[in-house]
Amino acid sequence: MDTISQSFALALHMVAHLDPRLAAIVGLSLAVSVTSTLCSAVIGLPLGAAIAIGRFPGRGPVIVALNAAMGLPPVVVGLVVYLMLSRAGPLGELGLLFTPPAMVIAQTILIIPIIAALTRQTVEDAWTEYREQLQSLDASWLQSTLTLLWDTRWSLLTVLLAGFGRAAAEVGAVIIVGGNIDGVTRVMTTAIALETSKGDLPLALALGVVLITLVMALNVGAHVTRQWARARLG
Amino acid sequence: MGDVEISVQGLPIVASRVDVVRGSTLVLDGVDVAIAPRSRTFILGANGAGKSTLLRVLHGLIEPTRGRVTWGAFATRPRGHAMVFQRPVLLRRSAAANLLHALALCGVRGREARRRVDQALTSVGLEAMAGRPARVLSGGEQQRLALARAWALAPEVLFLDEPTASLDPPSTRAVEAIVNDIHALGTTIVMTTHHLAQAKRLADSIVLLHDGHVAEHTDAVAFFREPGSAAGRAFLEGERL
Repeated sequence: MDTISQSFALALHMVAHLDPRLAAIVGLSLAVSVTSTLCSAVIGLPLGAAIAIGRFPGRGPVIVALNAAMGLPPVVVGLVVYLMLSRAGPLGELGLLFTPPAMVIAQTILIIPIIAALTRQTVEDAWTEYREQLQSLDASWLQSTLTLLWDTRWSLLTVLLAGFGRAAAEVGAVIIVGGNIDGVTRVMTTAIALETSKGDLPLALALGVVLITLVMALNVGAHVTRQWARARLG
Repeated sequence: MGDVEISVQGLPIVASRVDVVRGSTLVLDGVDVAIAPRSRTFILGANGAGKSTLLRVLHGLIEPTRGRVTWGAFATRPRGHAMVFQRPVLLRRSAAANLLHALALCGVRGREARRRVDQALTSVGLEAMAGRPARVLSGGEQQRLALARAWALAPEVLFLDEPTASLDPPSTRAVEAIVNDIHALGTTIVMTTHHLAQAKRLADSIVLLHDGHVAEHTDAVAFFREPGSAAGRAFLEGERL
């Protein structure tokens, strides 16, 4: 118990004094996770909306596949991205392996199905309500999509947070394609795994505290924003 | 819109031998109807008679299973027809922004759009609500806003699907007055309703549906004086009872 309480105290001290090592890891984690969430949003939001509104052969299987892809094993995604980016792989010449962009690619692949599938569900619910009105107004497919994405923006904020949460908490893929190189590709989750195995519990705990606080703060923020929007916009 | 010319290019609307099948149910059965320019046609009938389906067919929202609909010389619905639904569908934005969105979809933007929004909101008595979120308005205000949205578009034809079904008498009267004002600008009105008194007040033509058939399509005054069909007589008799 002493070790745990001492580790906690040290961890809080590091957080309170913005320990440079801690700050560097947290900064890189945020940069990678935010970037991959944005990349996934650019692809996943319109993709989900298109599937929600579109009626095409094979739509049902596409939805099933998309939902199933939400559970993609990170280590498998990491392995595939590793093979693509490794020197012998088709994208090896880009020299991205063991760099933050490689981690962004892996996380983006992991998050796209989450954002697309949840967007599909959210937009489809709205489409059920708005379809006849938008058709009556002669809205094109693109205009309908943009209208629905905008009108469900507060719900989609939660969708993006779910994606960010997955990215920030993910360890399997980024450790394979990033390599957990100190000062280059070491993020919170990989650092926690490493420091725990080394027995450096204070740093691991400090990172854990930051990670949990960050995810909780974002979710509280999203919840408050949604409540405000619901009260104000109906 | 008082100074926006309303065309009649998409008129008359003619439905010829229209069948609509939903699952194994024949909702509309060989319907022949013609909607004349600048008329106020009311579609009456009991629940399940096919009123809302016929309205959607005439607006082009539902494709007939058999038969055809033409809009003037067009085989597909031309732009410039609007519809107000029983439960108004409003976007999660301000009242004015709802109108601006509809106008933008029709290619009307900028100062002209703003002018039409102001005029339409004033016409339905919602000018003070322009900045209010549309979805927090009362039921009656929401329906008036939906009418304002249609008004701003200066539609050639306005379809209304029981727009007063869930409104109280004062709100119903307000909606009826707005419908009359829109008609006075040259817009053709096609409306479904359960209220015979409302049809009597507003309609100049009645389409009576009975089990998916057109039981009669006649002048409103003649219909309420002496229906020409057994279904019409039974319908009026049922209302009196």
